[in-house]
Amino acid sequence: MKNDVNGVALGVFIFFFLAVTVMGFLAARWRRAENALHLDEWGLGGRSFGTWVTWFLLGGDLYTAYTFVAVPAAIYGAGASGFFAVPYTIVAYPLVFLFLPRLWSVSHKHGYVTSSDFIRGRFGSKALSVAVALTGIVATMPYIALQLVGIQAVLDVLGVGGGHSTNWFVKDLPLLIAFGVLAAYTYSSGLRAPALIAFVKDALIYIVIAVAIIYIPYKLGGFDDIFHKAGTAYAVTNPATGKPRGSLTVAPQAQWAYATLAMGSAMALFLYPHSVTAVLSGKSRNVIRRNTTILPLYSLMLGLLAMLGFMAVADGVGKGIKGYNAQLAIPQLFENIFPSWFAGIAFAAIGIGALVPAAIMSIAAANLFTRNIYKDLFRPNASPAEETRVSKIVSLVVKVGALVFVLSMDKTVAINFQLLGGIWILQTVPTIVGGLFTRWFHRWALLAGWAAGMAYGTWKAYDQSSPTQAHFGGNSDTIPWIGKIGYIGLTAFVLNLAVAVVLTLVLRALRAPAGTDETSLSDYTVEAGEQGVAAELPEPAGA
Amino acid sequence: MPPDQAQEQEQHQPAHRQPVVTPSRVAAGICLIAPFVALLWVGSYSRQTPTFIGIPFFYWYQLAWVPVAAALTYTAYVLVRREERLRKGGAGR
Repeated sequence: MKNDVNGVALGVFIFFFLAVTVMGFLAARWRRAENALHLDEWGLGGRSFGTWVTWFLLGGDLYTAYTFVAVPAAIYGAGASGFFAVPYTIVAYPLVFLFLPRLWSVSHKHGYVTSSDFIRGRFGSKALSVAVALTGIVATMPYIALQLVGIQAVLDVLGVGGGHSTNWFVKDLPLLIAFGVLAAYTYSSGLRAPALIAFVKDALIYIVIAVAIIYIPYKLGGFDDIFHKAGTAYAVTNPATGKPRGSLTVAPQAQWAYATLAMGSAMALFLYPHSVTAVLSGKSRNVIRRNTTILPLYSLMLGLLAMLGFMAVADGVGKGIKGYNAQLAIPQLFENIFPSWFAGIAFAAIGIGALVPAAIMSIAAANLFTRNIYKDLFRPNASPAEETRVSKIVSLVVKVGALVFVLSMDKTVAINFQLLGGIWILQTVPTIVGGLFTRWFHRWALLAGWAAGMAYGTWKAYDQSSPTQAHFGGNSDTIPWIGKIGYIGLTAFVLNLAVAVVLTLVLRALRAPAGTDETSLSDYTVEAGEQGVAAELPEPAGA
Repeated sequence: MPPDQAQEQEQHQPAHRQPVVTPSRVAAGICLIAPFVALLWVGSYSRQTPTFIGIPFFYWYQLAWVPVAAALTYTAYVLVRREERLRKGGAGR
């Protein structure tokens, strides 16, 4: 069963992969703007996307290998506790609704392309904006790494390279090739490539989900049987830990972890540089709001896909194999149950579903670097063409960084990659969200809070060991004072906020100089078409 | 309907030309907060029964919240948009 190349599935997979690559290159010509060398053009698609394209874009980076591989794998591994991803995506939308329209307005009013642009304008602090930019870039890397793990899982199950190969280069070659393709088309066409491909990806994913969620339970004898078998499998005691493998519900002592993981992930979701990019590429403030009302469709898909984890257990995937890599469970389930040709389509959906977000994420991280580190610190007079060139190079560097993550870290619990990124990105919440609603916070206090949160979060994450890893083995730990186990990211955020509040009170009492705020109250509520609002293209940067 | 004075005093937000807290904003706020209360209170739904087509309560309950939360967010959107239009219309003339 394992490590035989499935010819039909592989053929179908390669067909879709090639089709998408060609589309990526053609995308460069889609709705082409006058000056393709402008950073807004390459990095934001000219900021002219309406509700549906924005929806696909947002969906394109929200629902990824995380959805298809990491979450079902978490459920496959431990049961109910992995389902936190569903409440996470549900509560994310009210949060979006509250703060993203304000970010859209102020950004379009002042021509901001990144959240760091906004921070610099709002607080007049280069240090703070660089801190936010660095956090965004660092936090994006493990998230991209997660996508690569997803692609690798598919290729592994397809029999291309993978687990038992002796030569590391042969083993990782397919991954490197897929990666090269992604890098090349992102490099040449910017955000337009992923936007167009997102349509294909979503179409594939919808088909696969519809089939999977009807056909697989049918083949396995219905949900009753699936949950019964899964319940039995989870009740078996793991000889290594002396505890049952998992559970179908969340026990009281694990409920804090469940809730804090959901809440922390929801708060983090729209602060990733790529989410901000997607939001800012929307045509109007109301496009953002309208989107939050249709995005939950994706949550439903996520929930249905998550339950594939139980189906993999019920199907006996990985049963009796010592140290089975849970990330392979879903692709393996597809291969076991679907006819080869459809398994190929399903694998293509997973593969492309990982490539698109990886492209969007690396572009966003690159934008951040160019605008808020390269230009602010080193070359304030860089021309738009130079900015675009630097961005393109950095987007490659970021991808290579993620590749290093994949090749060097344990990837049997892929969801940990995303949660690690979450710990870091959450530390920008007080600055960004705080800044959108109030200017009460002092810039130095925010910087100190950020540093405290980053230090605490990284230290605690480093401290977590798992049976397979000495460090970075988990993302939950005891919450001081409360005494329950909770998501480190949220604990660090609370510490961050507390430091920011206390120091703001102190600094204000000392009358420490606040930076200049170039935004005004009304900037946060302007809509497209109003005076001074750039709906399509903001003023050329640096011109 | 006049703005609810009691609710207005509870909020300590700076006062602008127009009141910050209005009935429709309060309603929108409730719509947006409801999913948090329901879903982060894990103890309220962490059980297996009643099942629905064989799916334990824990799972279908959370999935059922997806359309409910979407409807609530949409309600909030309509409320906020209507109010913004009224405000902009009032300020322009």
